[in-house]
Amino acid sequence: MKILVPIKRVVDPYSKVRPLSDGSGIDTTGLKFEINPFDEIAIEEAVRLREKSGDVEIIVVSIGKSECEEQLRKALAIGADKAILIETDQEYDSLGIAKELASLVAEQAPDVVLMGKQATDDDCNQVGQMLAAKLGYPQATFASKIERLQTSLKVTRETDEGDEILELPLPCLVTADLRLNEPRYVALPGIIKARSKPLERRTPSVPVTLKTRPVFFESPPPRAAGKKVSSVDELVAVLRDRGAF
Amino acid sequence: MSKLLLVLFTGSESSLGSGFAAALGLSFDVLTLTGHAETNTGAEKELVAGLTSLPPADALASTIATLSQGYTHIAATSNMRSKDVMARVAGILDAGMVTDVTLIESPTRFKRPVLAGSIISIVEVLSTPVVLTFRPAGFAKGEAGGAPDQVSVSADASGKTVRISQSVRGGARPDLSQAKIVISGGRPLRDAETFERVIGGFADKVGGAVGATRAAVDSGIAPNELQVGQTGKIVAPDLYIAAGISGSTQHMAGIKDSKIIVAINKDPDAPIFESADYGLVADLFDALPAIERALGS
Ligand SMILES: Cc1cc2nc3c(=O)[nH]c(=O)nc-3n(C[C@H](O)[C@H](O)[C@H](O)COP(=O)(O)OP(=O)(O)OC[C@H]3O[C@@H](n4cnc5c(N)ncnc54)[C@H](O)[C@@H]3O)c2cc1C
Ligand SMILES: Nc1ncnc2c1ncn2[C@@H]1O[C@H](COP(=O)(O)O)[C@@H](O)[C@H]1O
Repeated sequence: MKILVPIKRVVDPYSKVRPLSDGSGIDTTGLKFEINPFDEIAIEEAVRLREKSGDVEIIVVSIGKSECEEQLRKALAIGADKAILIETDQEYDSLGIAKELASLVAEQAPDVVLMGKQATDDDCNQVGQMLAAKLGYPQATFASKIERLQTSLKVTRETDEGDEILELPLPCLVTADLRLNEPRYVALPGIIKARSKPLERRTPSVPVTLKTRPVFFESPPPRAAGKKVSSVDELVAVLRDRGAF
Repeated sequence: MSKLLLVLFTGSESSLGSGFAAALGLSFDVLTLTGHAETNTGAEKELVAGLTSLPPADALASTIATLSQGYTHIAATSNMRSKDVMARVAGILDAGMVTDVTLIESPTRFKRPVLAGSIISIVEVLSTPVVLTFRPAGFAKGEAGGAPDQVSVSADASGKTVRISQSVRGGARPDLSQAKIVISGGRPLRDAETFERVIGGFADKVGGAVGATRAAVDSGIAPNELQVGQTGKIVAPDLYIAAGISGSTQHMAGIKDSKIIVAINKDPDAPIFESADYGLVADLFDALPAIERALGS
């Protein structure tokens, strides 16, 4: 079985980010970059599927600047077999990313595309579903459990009301939610060892026509400063006063 | 000419959509996939698909995409289901998409939060059609119009995905994303039984819904559909009570639109006190029962 895992380089989700003063972008000076947390979960799951059944080949791909190599190397260290960097300085929207990935899927013909449900920088939650549409693949978003069957996957996915179990014939696309697994820790020697694994650089194959574009970034309106109350009685009194109870 | 198709997965979503449609200011039709629109939204037409249940995303998205022909804007309330399906609709239509719209500047310019709400971005739409999901909290309910003409449309529910089973939890409590009062608990609730007794018991006293942090869900204290935050549900109640919650950016991303935020935390330096309207430094296991007693008197 061949699994393709698209990963995105994002600013560390625990760092404090601000808009640039002219609103043209986000100030990331001095901040760390990571594999998007949901994508790391997707890589981990692919590796676990291999650990369970052996015959799994894992290819990771990232579309972006040359620096994405850092995240692809880490993915190789977690256990991916091969990395592809589609190197570009171009601005993309979700549909553009989906089309570039669709072209790679056509070439690589994986049985499963396994990816993050959402990038923690743009919080879009779009690319997986758009890619599945382009490929005509069945999809399971927000996966919390994946089981491999003969010619299909059985996926438990989270819903607004609880969860559901879907069976998807291969080839199919699955997006990972937080509870799918907890990614393993990779120590530095593992990352260094992964340097001998193949990483292929290439240029995009699909021209981009932006359909949406972020044009301004600002801080959210601040909440009015709160106050501490000294007792339960005081709290209940102010809440009653404001009609909350 | 610009025209909106407001997609209602269930008839009960009609009251959430009317405010958004009014704010967009375009003439519009609604597509009701199951049931009937429960309120008059001011739509010109109601397309009634008459599905008895919602099929998996591949089948549902094809149906919606077919019925979306001719509309410039295709929109639905933001939740896990609409994210699953509407982004696939955008893929089929080769359309741009704006997720989680919180404010409309014009029919081609929208505000939405990014980076767990740390930043608001203005997104420009450069082509039609465009697919949108919106957070209803930011849009006042629209004025009810006359009853729209109803038109039956055919919906094909067949796809490659097979649904084996489905669980619907929640019971008698109000729906988290629409409740007037939400009480949420974090990691210190220890186990499922304690969470249900302390947080659930309090919620039932005040007629509220129950929420949880990711830490609580991850450690099996609370079920996943209760997670509030960047990657869980977005809530906007009149009163949000956070008990034993530190106030991570990711959690705050889901509660910012609450009218009043109350934090109960035993650490006076917990970050949540910076964004709570009222903060009580206390042990939640003492404070919540004390509030219940005070309310009873
Ligand atoms: C990609 C990503 C997405 C995420 N998405 C979400 C999300 O959607 N929602 C979410 O909630 N988190 C999310 N998180 C996790 C988030 O970063 C925090 O780890 C989490 O919110 C912390 O939960 P907590 O407040 O319950 O736990 P903690 O941070 O451990 O806080 C517990 C608090 O309880 C207080 N306390 C302890 N005992 C008591 C007591 N007896 N009485 C009163 N107070 C007490 C402590 O002082 C502490 O402040 C996400 C993280 C990542 C990386
Ligand atoms: N530039 C990119 N390169 C590779 N994969 C990406 C890229 N952008 C997004 N993705 C994938 O798409 C998922 C959803 O992203 P988004 O729709 O932007 O929230 C991510 O979790 C990644 O798996």
